Amino acid sequence: MDLHELTAAYALDALDAHEAREYEAHLSHCERCRDELSTLAEPATALAWGAEPATPPAALRGRIIEAAAAERANVVPLRRQRLFRATSAAAAVAACAAVGLGLWANSLHRSLHAARSAAASDARAVEILADPAARHIPVTGVHGMVAVDATGQGALMLKQLPAAPPGKTYEAWVIAPGGSPKPAGMFQGGGTMTVVRLQKAVPKGSTVAATMERAGGVDAPTEVPVFSARA
Amino acid sequence: MTRELAHLSDEALVLLAARSEQTALGELYDRYGRPAYGLALRVLRDESLAEDAVQEAFLALWRTASRFVPERGKASTWILTLVHRRAVDLVRREERRRADALDDAHVPADSVGGADDEAWLRLQRERVQAALRQLPDQQREALELAYYGGFTQSELAERLGQPLGTIKTRMFTGLARLRVLLGDPGMETAWTSTS
Ligand SMILES: [Zn+2]
Repeated sequence: MDLHELTAAYALDALDAHEAREYEAHLSHCERCRDELSTLAEPATALAWGAEPATPPAALRGRIIEAAAAERANVVPLRRQRLFRATSAAAAVAACAAVGLGLWANSLHRSLHAARSAAASDARAVEILADPAARHIPVTGVHGMVAVDATGQGALMLKQLPAAPPGKTYEAWVIAPGGSPKPAGMFQGGGTMTVVRLQKAVPKGSTVAATMERAGGVDAPTEVPVFSARA
Repeated sequence: MTRELAHLSDEALVLLAARSEQTALGELYDRYGRPAYGLALRVLRDESLAEDAVQEAFLALWRTASRFVPERGKASTWILTLVHRRAVDLVRREERRRADALDDAHVPADSVGGADDEAWLRLQRERVQAALRQLPDQQREALELAYYGGFTQSELAERLGQPLGTIKTRMFTGLARLRVLLGDPGMETAWTSTS
């Protein structure tokens, strides 16, 4: 049997178990087949989307989570469960940094649902947050963080920040060491995650903060900060 | 139920699942449970076996999430690949596949799930179906019997009364053409304007 000829069948899961093992062994040392498989796997898996979606019985979700928990119950340190709530924004950023912006953006466009989130946030802000070289500093006051990349560009990611009331807006400030607060953009909050690009550079040692101000914004803060971070 | 991880990419969720975060596994299930179950049902034609296939696939994801390499492909593709493999294994073990593998009309359409997700899934499905319709009959038949019917290439050769080499060629050419059809922006215009 010419193993080179099995790529399409392998991509379609149309080899029997023995053939599949042989082909996989062959794959590990045949570059031609690896290339071919990377080409054919995509249309093969596209067929999965061609089947009519169907709603599984409601109990299935619980069974899967329960079985998953039973398998890895000992791996999870007990305190992690407690910490997760507070650090999930950080975890989110760490995870998306590891994945890289390309895939993040791809996935955002995966569904209309997600595409809308992408439109609502600033692509550049996501890029800064996902930059593995950026400094990530947690903010005090709410769950979230500020990220500052190597060039001093900054972005905020805030978890479950309540929406600003009608007639009000959040306004971000960058306070350089020894300087006065400079307005760095307005945002409304609400939703699971608020992502904001800071419109002022963030020199090292600056404070980043946000206050609740009247709609349209102000030139200097009039309220105490809702949250802040020393960047 | 709040979906507190709803803002994360699929790939970020897989990374969280690799760190034993059960809510990430739940969120992936919320996103792909319906296409996964629909695919398993199409192959297996049995609700209880389809549930088994979906459960085993998500547990396989849970066990191997740390080995997922985002650069090699999308997480959604990986999930459905796992589901398909489990479904094919089960259908072969159970000898349940039917002669009517080409027809999926009996699976009831339903509209549970977010309207946005629903619209996206529908577009995906229409796009794949439209591409399949443009394939020559013999290539389409080979792809559908193999992928949705769970037949091995040897079983296909026997069933269709063709030499194995012919079946291999049909599958290869069919996939290669499908790839072009799915990537063709001209076609994309065609299906968006008709839907
Ligand atoms: Zn080869």
